Formats: sequence, structure tokens, C-alpha cells
Amino acid sequence: MADSFPELIDTRALRIALDEGFDWVVVNYGEPLEIGFLPVLRLLTGMERVLQWLPWYVVLAALCALTYLAARSWKAAGGVAAMLFLVGLTGIWDAAMATVALMLVATFLAVCLGIPVGVGMSRSDSMQSITLPVLDIMQTMPIFVYLIPFVMLFGPGKIPALLATVVFAIPPVIRLTNLGIRQVDAEVIEAVTAFGATPRQRLLTAQIPLAMPTIMAGINQTTMMALSMVVIASMIGAGGLGYQVLQGIQRLEVSRGLLAGLGIVFLAIIFDRIAQAYGRRMQQHLHIGS
Amino acid sequence: MSGVTRSGVTSEDGIKIKVEQVYKIFGPRAPAMLEQVRGGMSKAELLEQTGHIVGICDVSLDIRAGETFVVMGLSGSGKSTLIRHFNRLIEPTAGRILVDGEDVLAMGPEALRAFRRGRASMVFQRFALLPHKTVLDNVIYGLVIGGAGKAEARDRGMQQIELVGLGGFENKYPSQLSGGMQQRVGLARALATDAEILLMDEAFSALDPLIRNDMQAQLKELQARLHKTIVFITHDLDEALRLGDHIAILKDGALRQAGTGAEILLNPADDYVARFVRDVNRARVVTIGAIADRDGADRGGAAGLRSDGRGFSGAACIDEKATLEEGFAMLAECDGPAIVTDEQATPVGIVTRKAVLQALARP
Repeated sequence: MADSFPELIDTRALRIALDEGFDWVVVNYGEPLEIGFLPVLRLLTGMERVLQWLPWYVVLAALCALTYLAARSWKAAGGVAAMLFLVGLTGIWDAAMATVALMLVATFLAVCLGIPVGVGMSRSDSMQSITLPVLDIMQTMPIFVYLIPFVMLFGPGKIPALLATVVFAIPPVIRLTNLGIRQVDAEVIEAVTAFGATPRQRLLTAQIPLAMPTIMAGINQTTMMALSMVVIASMIGAGGLGYQVLQGIQRLEVSRGLLAGLGIVFLAIIFDRIAQAYGRRMQQHLHIGS
Repeated sequence: MSGVTRSGVTSEDGIKIKVEQVYKIFGPRAPAMLEQVRGGMSKAELLEQTGHIVGICDVSLDIRAGETFVVMGLSGSGKSTLIRHFNRLIEPTAGRILVDGEDVLAMGPEALRAFRRGRASMVFQRFALLPHKTVLDNVIYGLVIGGAGKAEARDRGMQQIELVGLGGFENKYPSQLSGGMQQRVGLARALATDAEILLMDEAFSALDPLIRNDMQAQLKELQARLHKTIVFITHDLDEALRLGDHIAILKDGALRQAGTGAEILLNPADDYVARFVRDVNRARVVTIGAIADRDGADRGGAAGLRSDGRGFSGAACIDEKATLEEGFAMLAECDGPAIVTDEQATPVGIVTRKAVLQALARP
């Protein structure tokens, strides 16, 4: 047998130190953090209750109208109606609404945090070179690893599920905000500067609007990643369609898992369609043929 | 810079923009390279030895108020770099730029923004319009970010749109317009801030030849009314000669010659300028006045020509502003010298066929 790797440092002590350090954080800051995130919890549960309280046909009509406004196509709106009808028919409507609430709130938080970070990255090369590897790590780290610290801090429940989803889903919106702003035509930025725009005016009147199709693509990807996180998040108490899948595994019920899985697929298709159609409409005037 | 001929400017009074010994070196240690460039190291040597690029090398210019000053050169000559120094889109490595006697480089961020908003506006080669805004919103962009009221900005914007001939298009988007129309929007945007200085960076280069012709004519016509100080960048000598009251020729970031079109055509400062202007149709550019024999007014009398107060009987009279081409017909008619007159029909000199042919001959 070949030599095993020499023990240069005492990893046991290192791990214990890390764990104890984190325990200390949990003991000292766990409660204030939990209180600090109460508004977010209220937002999430409020959203969930409203979606579940609304009659199914109202939600269905609203989503169809949104699709039609974005895509201007009766076919797309009809497809959305059919998929939502199927979700209701299979008896997972309430679970689906819980999932939609989690996804919307997670996407909302990711966009609120991600766009400023992306803007910062686009302005500073050094910030970009620091942030890009961090995003790479966030995207390749197995999702379960995020769950451990959040569960320790908040205990099982909706908040850790939501935060783990945000951390998992935020990289695309950051990346594409940065990329979109950096790709804006340099001559347009020069023109805006030459007319005396402040950095803030430059951002709001030129960079963000011109980068919007790219930013929307990032938001779309973030939405999809948030949706793909729901099954895993359900393990720590997020509920929704993911919980149905989890129950399917625990009870070895193929039908339950399959129906819930299809529900997630339908939601993904619906939100992807709407976001993409908005992105296309936004691009309408953005290309100048010269 | 020696060898630069610059006629007509004797007093400082009429000068709007004064560029003094401006250098621009691109690279991480630009200031340190300045000594070597001043010591006469060439652009190629500096690039070879240090990796630094000379953008502008010791350029000094005087641009008078109300004139169209053309900076011309081939691509890579530094002309677009130079024009970006005037509103500090690019910071020089050394030198001074004075506008109305005030050093642009000494301005703080706030003063610089005020300068860009109110005193110098710019037109770009690829138009650089905001594609998500309508024509009107593009035109009033400079006014709106400067804090002007919406109604006031709108009125002023509509005036400019009418001025450049785009009335009726104010609610269209740039993508719905042709290239020439887009550049009219760019021009209207620059005029809307009422800046005295108009910086035009290859403004017509991206347009079709016919449209370019129209735009040049329109610019000349606007300039006759508005009397802006225009700095116009181009790589097209015909455009430079057509538009420019004075022309500066740039090569490798250094000034080769500055003067009026006729001066550059008739007395090129060096071989480079001579080669540059060789293929120009001189007959359309050089004026009769530029080659007139100014002492000849007296000799005209000696040649037996007599004035009757309004003109000379028995000899052809040619306006000094006429081009050689316009004078051909007159000269063909008369055997002797023709009289050159100014706007008041007062004789200022004579011109002979010989002088015309000499001016037309390639050096």
C-alpha cells in the first residue's frame, strides 16, 4: 500500500475550532438574527397566505393576463391556463402556491441584493476579480452545505430555507448585471459623460436601461434556480411541492413524487415564458442598426 | 513646434480654445515616459522599449471663436484622442488646454460637469444615441440631466428638431431612423444645450457619401447662422477642405501642419503633407484670392486697364472668393490678366492664366 498523505496539521483541532467558533456565533447572535429576519418571514408567510386565500380562478386569470401582456400571444396564455388547471386537478394547488410564494420572495431578495452587487462589480475591476471566484464557489458548492449553518442559526423552518435559496439563486443575477453593464456600448457611455452626467445619472439613464435585457436574463435564471432549490429546501421545513416530493421518497409513493415533480416543471415553464417574453419586449428598441 | 505655419492669428483676442504643448501617453507609467518622448524618442521606439503608446505628442493649437477648425489625419494619428482632451473624456499626460482663458484641466468634478453641460457639447461617429429614448428625449438629454424644467426642455428640443429638419419624427425611436437621420438627432442633441463649442468626432464618417454631402451642407448652413466654435475631426481631406476655416494635419500624434486649406495645398510643410494633398482637386478648393498677385492692382493700371469706379472696363473681374474652377470661364475669355475684386467690387489684385496653371500643377 502506498504512503498515505502525511498529517502536517491537526485537522481534528482545526475542525473543532471552526465548529466552536460557529457555535459561539449561534449562541451570541442567533436570537438577534432571528428577530432581524422576522419581517422577511412575515413577507413570506403573508405572500403564501394571500396566494392560497385567493380563489384558484383569480390566480389562474392573473397569470394568464400577465403572460398575454408579456408575449401578446393567446397560445402562450392558453398554455399557461392549461398547465395551472392541471396543477389544480392533481390536488397540489395549495402546495404549488406555497412554492410560488417561496420562489417569488427568494427571487425578490436575490434581485434586491444582487443588482447593487453587480453594479459595484461593473464599476471596479478589483471588486470583480474578488467577487467572481466567490460566485464560482457559491455555484459549485453542494447545496446541502448551505443548509447546515442556516439551520444552526435559525433552526428548521421557513427562514433558513428562504436564505439558503437566496444564496443558491443569487449568482446569475449578480453575474449578468455586471456583464450587461460592462457590455453597454462604450461610445454611448462616453456621450452621456460628455453631456455632463454624474455617475449616478449615467447608471440610471444609460447603463441600467441598456443592460436590462441581460439583467432580465439573469433574473430569469435566478427564478429557475430558486425553483430548483424548493425540493432541497423542503427538507428543512419550507413546505410546498418540495415537501410532497420528500414525502414521496419517505413513503415510497411514486405517484405523489411524480405529480409534485410535474407541478414544479409546470411552474418553471410558466415563469420562464413570462420572463423571456418581457425580456424580448424590452429589447425592441435597444438595437440600432448603423 | 517649428515648421508649423499658422497665419491670420496675431492677437490673443479672438482665440476660443488654446491647446498648449499637450502630450498623451498611454500606459501604466506614462508620466515617467514623458522625458523620453520630449527627448525625441519616436512612437515606434517607445512602444518597442517600454510598451507605452504615444497618443498625442507636443500639440499646440489656437482655435478662434466662431470658426470651424478641422483636425485631420489617418486612423491612429491621434485625432480622436485629441478631441477627447477638450472636454476631458481623456486626461492629458502633460500640457494645458485653455477655453476662454480658463484651464479646463484645473476644473474640479463639479466645474467640469458644468463645462460639459453648458459650454462644450459633442457629436459622435457612431451617433451614440440612447436607443431606449425617443428622438425628443435624446435631444433634450443634456438639458434634463442639467436640471432644466421638462416644459422648457421640450420647447427647446422641438426647436432643435425643426432646425435639423426632423420635424414629425420626435416620437420615433433611433432604431426607426436611417443613419443620416440618427446623426441629425446627434447634432440636435449637441445644439440643444446651446454650448458655444461643438466637438464633432468623425461625425459624418459613418454615413453614405450622398448623405454625408447633405450633412456637410447642412452643417455649413447652420454654422453661418449660429457661429459656433466647431472642432471637427475627419480622415477625409475633401471634407476637411470643404468645412474647415483652418485645418490641422496630425500624424502619429504630432502636428505636421496647420493653416487654411489653400495654405496647406499650396505650401505643404513636408513630404507627408504633400503626399496627403496630392490627389485633391485643387481647382475646387483653392480660391482666386489665394493666388492673386496683390501688387498687381497698380500694375493693372499700367497694363492699360482703367477703372470706371464700379469695375474695370476691358478686363474680366473675378470675385476673390471664387474657386479656380469658377474662374476658368472668365480667364478663357480674356487674353491678359483678370482683375480680382473683393465683396465691394474693389480691385485687390490681378490673376493670370499662368498663376492658375502653376497653382494647379502638382508639386
